[in-house]
Amino acid sequence: MRVDLAIIGAGPAGIAAATEARAHGLSVLVLDENPAPGGRIWQAIEARAAKDDEDRAAQEAVRAFRASGAEARFGATVWCVEPEGRVYWSEQGRARDAEATQVLIATGTTERPLPIPGWTLPGVMTVGAAQIALKTGGLVPDRDVWIAGQGPLLLLYATQALAAGGRIAGVLDLAEPSGRRRALAHLPAALRAPSYLARGVAWRLALRRAGVPWIRAAEIRAEGAARLERIRFVADGAVHTRPASLLLLHDGVIPSVQITRALGCAHVWDEAQRCWKPTTDMWGRSSHARIAIAGDGAGVGGAAVAALSGRIAALGIAAALGRLGEAARDSAAAPLLAARAKHLAVRPFLDTLFAPLPIRPEDDTILCRCEEVTAGRVREAVALGCLGANQLKSFTRAGMGPCQGRMCGPSVAAVIAAERGVPVQEVEPYRLRFPTKPLTLGELAALHEQEEALEPHTS
Amino acid sequence: MLTRPDPGSVTILFEGAPIRARAGESVASALLAAGILAVRTTPVSGAPRGPFCMMGACFDCLAVVDGVGGVQTCLVPVREGMRIERQHGARDVAAEDAA
Repeated sequence: MRVDLAIIGAGPAGIAAATEARAHGLSVLVLDENPAPGGRIWQAIEARAAKDDEDRAAQEAVRAFRASGAEARFGATVWCVEPEGRVYWSEQGRARDAEATQVLIATGTTERPLPIPGWTLPGVMTVGAAQIALKTGGLVPDRDVWIAGQGPLLLLYATQALAAGGRIAGVLDLAEPSGRRRALAHLPAALRAPSYLARGVAWRLALRRAGVPWIRAAEIRAEGAARLERIRFVADGAVHTRPASLLLLHDGVIPSVQITRALGCAHVWDEAQRCWKPTTDMWGRSSHARIAIAGDGAGVGGAAVAALSGRIAALGIAAALGRLGEAARDSAAAPLLAARAKHLAVRPFLDTLFAPLPIRPEDDTILCRCEEVTAGRVREAVALGCLGANQLKSFTRAGMGPCQGRMCGPSVAAVIAAERGVPVQEVEPYRLRFPTKPLTLGELAALHEQEEALEPHTS
Repeated sequence: MLTRPDPGSVTILFEGAPIRARAGESVASALLAAGILAVRTTPVSGAPRGPFCMMGACFDCLAVVDGVGGVQTCLVPVREGMRIERQHGARDVAAEDAA
């Protein structure tokens, strides 16, 4: 298969980019490992009833995408992207590939890990996980469900869960109180995009009206034998124990850099959001000529910014392929760039208000969930001379399980940095390699069958 | 726990026992709805694990689906009659091939 543009990820950025690229006549292939378009924020949007204008706009965006003529493949897990534009994925247990002149990576974010004692127990999940269960399965929290951490998604989920008839035992706010004070300095700029602030206030009010306890807490632990049974935390200077059937953790989201790292794209440390992100220009172009990145995967800006960035990237790519003159590109992009700047004006305020929690795990807390490597073992390795995450693999196998460092990368780097007494951006992060998702030889062999089917041998 | 008023009209089997599921949801979501939190044991210590991220990143919801191990159950939609078994330790590809 040969296309002008391959897009990885069918969330707001990927959908918008595909629709825009098709409008300029590009052939477009979209790959997403979920069963339907929407990404995280618009997950199952086609199957759900719209409850507000935002949902209706999302449904309209997905309808336009479906009608755009882009070839969309779902249940398609991308495991390799080459800098020259060849993309490999698996679909129903068989590997496939396509050659693209340009590739747009729109793989969004994952939740920042929040390693606490007992977070590997069944019954401890992320807030994002519970939100997906709500959107796709109509599942609501009931009886002894606790939420802990910080961040806008925590507030949004709690509000959505209550509106859907759920019950929440309490929210444990783990944020440092100073964040609120420091955020005030960024409030005037944030007022350029007041809808974000209005929503945040509405969420807090909804929780208060529902009588959900909001507890400033620290040192939270999940406890139980074979599954979560109770939580323990410190609040008002005392230790509290509560029965818990489910604990939902959240500490913001960070760009999913698996593919861009494996590609060798340049990355930069984002101090405000305390994460790595790929370097991009205003059109989303990475340090590789054929690779662009749009959406939260290029730096967290939210769904509106992601959709705008997708369209802007598509205009840039259409011009690069000669399907659009530079003047036409610039005039089409001007209003999108202005709208994006307006939305981004709120970020310094939000990034300060929802600053990530400090990572100071106890020695017996697991950091690498796959290989079950504790913070104590990471500290021992540093004491023996380990300087970075890649050396840590040889010392402990941390980051070498099936998730390939997705769940431990940030916390491992933070612990190494603290032990060495250097800023975390000076610690070499995991070097990621393709395949970025596990692949069997049987799946890989199907790639050969596909080639044979296309180009039969004539021996 | 996570619950819902309408259990759904699809039936899947977990360790041989039927559970109800909703069309369009993932296997992991159906298991959570049935109160099943642990779907595997780890290869390292044998500790029980269950769905954690629900978005294909953490690999903690791995189970054996219709005889194939190492399946991320949060990414696979339910199908009528699907058979799910707990996965104990690492996936055994050789045993799958022999079966």
